[in-house]
Order: sequence, then C-alpha cells, then structure tokens
Amino acid sequence: MSFLQALINGISLAAVYALLGMGFVIIYKSMQVLSFAQPALMLFGGWWVVYFATIVSLNFYVAVLIAVVIAASSGLIIERAFLRPMVGKPVFAVAIMTIGLDLSIRVFAGNFYDVSPRSTGDPWGLSTFNLGRLILGHRRLAAIVVAVAVLLALLAFFRYSRMGLAMRAAAFDQEVALIQGVSVSAVFAISWALASVLSTLASLFINLDLGSLGPASYTVALKALPVVVIGGLDSIGGTVVAALLVGFAEALTGTYQAHLTPYVGQNFSQVVPYLVMFVVLLVRPYGLFGTREVERV
Amino acid sequence: MRLRPGLVTDYRADAGIFKSVTQRVWFGILLVLAVYLGGGGAIGPIRLSADMETLLVYAMFASIGALGLNIVTGMAGQVSLGHAFFLGLGAYTAAVLGGIEQTRQVLDPATGQQVTEVVLRGFGLDMLIWLPAAGIIAALAGLIVAPVATRLRGLYLAFVTLGLVFLGEHIFREAKTLTGGAGNGRPTAETRMLGFRFDEDGEVFGLWMSKQQKLFFLGLILLVVMGLAAKNLFRSRVGRALAAIRDRDIAAEMMGIPLGRYKLIAFTISSFYAGIAGALFWAVVGRLTAEGFSFLLSIKYIAMILIGGVATVSGSIMGAFFIVFLPKVVEFLAGLPGLSHVISKDPAGMINTFQFEQILFGLFIVGFLILEPMGLYGIWIRVRNYWKGWPFSY
Repeated sequence: MSFLQALINGISLAAVYALLGMGFVIIYKSMQVLSFAQPALMLFGGWWVVYFATIVSLNFYVAVLIAVVIAASSGLIIERAFLRPMVGKPVFAVAIMTIGLDLSIRVFAGNFYDVSPRSTGDPWGLSTFNLGRLILGHRRLAAIVVAVAVLLALLAFFRYSRMGLAMRAAAFDQEVALIQGVSVSAVFAISWALASVLSTLASLFINLDLGSLGPASYTVALKALPVVVIGGLDSIGGTVVAALLVGFAEALTGTYQAHLTPYVGQNFSQVVPYLVMFVVLLVRPYGLFGTREVERV
Repeated sequence: MRLRPGLVTDYRADAGIFKSVTQRVWFGILLVLAVYLGGGGAIGPIRLSADMETLLVYAMFASIGALGLNIVTGMAGQVSLGHAFFLGLGAYTAAVLGGIEQTRQVLDPATGQQVTEVVLRGFGLDMLIWLPAAGIIAALAGLIVAPVATRLRGLYLAFVTLGLVFLGEHIFREAKTLTGGAGNGRPTAETRMLGFRFDEDGEVFGLWMSKQQKLFFLGLILLVVMGLAAKNLFRSRVGRALAAIRDRDIAAEMMGIPLGRYKLIAFTISSFYAGIAGALFWAVVGRLTAEGFSFLLSIKYIAMILIGGVATVSGSIMGAFFIVFLPKVVEFLAGLPGLSHVISKDPAGMINTFQFEQILFGLFIVGFLILEPMGLYGIWIRVRNYWKGWPFSY
C-alpha cells in the first residue's frame, strides 16, 4: 500500500517538476540559454500570490491571475534588460550571468517573505480524498490537473498558433527564421514571459503538503534543473518523462530509505534527483531525449 | 631593443614566467610592499589593524582557491560549479586530521556502565601532515570526478558539478562524527607546524608578531609558491594543451592532444589547490558548518575569477581580494548617511548588509560579463596600453 501511495505522491511531485522544467526547456529551445534564474523567478512570482491572496485578501484565483500578469511582465523586463545584450555571447557567459541574476532576484524576492514560510492562501488547505486506503491531498490533485492542462495548452500553442509556429521556427534555425520574417526578439521575450509564468504556477505547489512558500523553497525548485538535464535540455516530452522518473525516485526513497538504508542520513531523498542525473548522464551524455550536438571544427 | 615593451626576440622570452623586466620589477615591488605591510610595527612604521590583517589573510587563502578554479575553468575551459565541494573536502580533511578529538560519557544501556563515545573525530596531527593531506584528498576526489568530465561537455558538465555540491553538502551534513553536521559544526584544525604556533602571538626571529602577521606571512609564502607554480603550469606543455582544449576541444583532439588525460590533470590540480585553500581558509575561520559549502560558495569563486580575469594568475588574485574585501566596502556604504536606512546592519532591516552583498555579487557577475569579460585584468591591460602609447592613442 505504501508503494502505491509513494507512486501517487511521485506523480504529484512530477507535476511540479514538469511545470518548472518546461520553463527551462522553452528558454533553452528559443535562445540556447540555460536559465539558472528560474527558481528565483518562482520566489518572485509566488510572492505576489501570497501578497494578493493573504495580505490584500482577494480571491485566490484572482490573486493567481494578477501574479501571472506581474510575472509575465517581469520576465519581459529581465529578458530585455539583461539577456538581450548577451545575444551572440558564449553559452557559458550567458549561463553564468543567469546565476548572477538569480542571486540578485532571490535576495530581492526572498526579502519580501519572513524567515518562516508563508501560506499561499490557496483553497485546498489540508483536505484530502480517500481512495480506498490511499490518501490524496487536494493540492496534489490540483498540481496534477494544472500541470496536465498547462502542458496540453502549451503543446496546442506551439502547434496551432502563429507565435507558436514562429517559436518552433526560431528553435529550429534562428537565422533562417529571421530571414523568413520571424521576429526572433519577440520569440525571446515570449519565452521568458512563459517561463516566468510557469514558475509562478509551480510556486503554488512547491510545498505539496502544506502549500507554504518561503526563501527555502528555492532548493526544491532547483531540483527541476537535474530533471531538465535528465530529459535532455531541448525536449519538452523528455522533461515530462524525466519529471515522472525523478518524482517516483524521490517519493520512493522518501518512503523506504529511512528503513532500508538509514546510514545515508536523513533527507536523502532530497539529493536523489542529482544522483539520478549523474547516472543518466554517464550513460547518455545528452540526457534521455536530448539532441546530440553536431560539432564542426 | 631590450627596453621596447611587447617586443619578443626569442621563444624563451615568450614562454618565460615573467615576460619583461617591468613585470619582474613590479613583482619585486609588490613583494616588498607586502612584506612591509605584513611586518607591521616590527619592520616599518605603518601598522594595519588586526581586522584588516585578518581580511588580507582570508584574501590570500581565497586567492589559492581561485587559482585552482582558474586552472580548470579559465585554463581548460571546463566550467565547474563544484568548487565548493572540493574546498569543503579540504577543510574537513584538515579538521579531522588536525583537530582535537571530542568525547563524552554516555550510559551504556546493555551493561549499565559509563562508556566514552566519540562525538567528533580528530587526530591532532601537525600542519605538515594535514595541509598536504587536505590537498591530496581533494585531488583524489577530483581524479574520481574527472572521467565524468571527459564524457560530458559544456553545460552538462556544469550541471554534474552542481550536483556534486548538493551531494557534498548532504555528506557534510550527515557524516556527523567527522564533520559535526549542520548548525554548530565543528572546530577546525590547529595551525601548528613543528611546534610553531600560527594561532598565538609570539616572537619570530626576535621580532614580536601577532597571530595575524604570522598567518599573513604563511599565506604570502604559499600564495607566491602556488601562484608561480600555476603560472609555470600555464606556460608548460600541459598549459598549452589545456588552452587548446578550451579554445576548441575537437580541434585539440585532432592535433593529438588526449582530451581525457588533460582534463584529468586539470581537475586533479584544480582540486588540489581547492583542498589546500579550503583547509587553510577555514582553519583561520575556526569553525566549520555544512551550510558553508553550498552553491553560493561556488558562485563566489566563479565571481572571483570572472571579476578578476579568466585564465590569468594575477586575475585570480585580484578577484579574490575584491570579493573578500567586498563586505568591508558594503559595511562602509551602510555607514554613509544617505544609504544607512536602505542597507541596515540589523538583520531584520529592509536589506541587510549580507543581502546587499549578495545582490552586489550578482550584479558584478552580470556587469563584468556584459561590459568587461576580461575582468579587472582586462581593465588593467587597457589602462596599461593607454599609458604605454600616451599621448598617442595608437
């Protein structure tokens, strides 16, 4: 029974990782940049949910809507101010710059919170479903529903909308897309806005049991990085698979490790994503579904 | 001919550690200045405050760590976000070998007698043993990690080394009898070499020196030795191979440079430097906690080499000094009348000094990358070139 319970917990965890991970992938696909700033953007976006839902005490869904708008516009601003001047610079320089951005935003956003985590003011609380002897929290269910809905919406967006087509074209070949009249800078901007919105949505579920959010949630969000790497940096489908893999691995270790291997210490499940990443990368250096780089000298 | 700057007449001169007479003279002047400042009241009339001397000591040990990161990231181009792990490994090795064992009496439930239980392991060994050991253990870890690095490239390598930091932090947190875990942590190694104590004031060759001054000279000697060693590495066969790998790894491989072996060398040497730096830095701090070796520490070292200058020895040192002295600058800013209510020393304030410092790190990384990718070293080169041709701009 505890095995099935762990599987269900794993799926909901995977939903959070998938939400965060898709942001990384969208940015990577559109501008070949890996953004380390995602966790910080999550703290920033999440704060506005906390602010409007608990301090201004608006309806929770309205608060989320406002937070999404703020997150999208801050994503646009960050892209325009910091990422645009780096176009054409080495991949590493940009990656390290996003670390710098992350550091600054994290301090800035973390400052809004107190030392102790705050409730996001969501309506799910601690209520649960009972499915036979399995227990499923409402928040966990909501995480799964939101992640699936967002994933489908994104796929539809890329498949059917004009902008989605432009984004796919830019991801395929930037220069050719430019020649065909695609505004690549608009693609960059949209992808940052999307990533920022996705991480804001993820912030609602970052603590799946209590629904709280605080500066320490950062380390949870950072675990989306190994997820993206496992899936392959440029594959949305890969990210979903990797999120499930890591979610299961983490939930199962959380359930069994304390009895089976107590010598590796408490909270070992927190480093499991990194271990899975090591193993996967040793076998497949570009992740499970990543495109192999073709190098010319 | 001899006095024309930038003119190289033979290969030996081009590959020299010091490329010109000017460099040699500057090195000498800096060395004399350092000895004069460090000697304090004993040698010259100028005496730095103890606080300032401690910061200088920190900066010198951090420079050794930055040199290490610059060998693997600057020289060989393998971005490593895992430097904190190697620093931590060195620091904990030193603490275990050079620290003092702590025990406590506990009641054994089986026999009902008092037995001694080891709370913290420590062997109380001499610095001559723990210092090289810290370097060697870290180097061994580097040796183990390196094969992964030969298989991975670019961003993927950065992630694996990032994962290393989290795994390391977990181990440091959980191996409690060795590391003391998180929170209170454990005391570090004693800086005592063949009976000579670096952690107490005392007489050295008839000169009265404070403990900071003794540590200062230890740091100076080590920094000069390790700095010259790094400089020598950069100009050697290995250094040229690493530079080739950095510039284009596939081309390097096609020219017959075995990638695996040279990446292995780079990681091992880099980790050795990190181990030495970690051991000494935290020996001066006096206390080790697992939280100290987080991702933030890796970023700090990345910031050092980015701000200082990638793939240069002098850049590593400048960057380390810059980062170590940054808190002092922030403290000064916090004291200014206009800024004192924005940046407060009170942790509950709007932005406290520590947070402001972190924001500055971030902004400096971003700023240097956009505006001056060569770092402080690049600024120095531009200033030098300006005056070299002055008053002509060409």
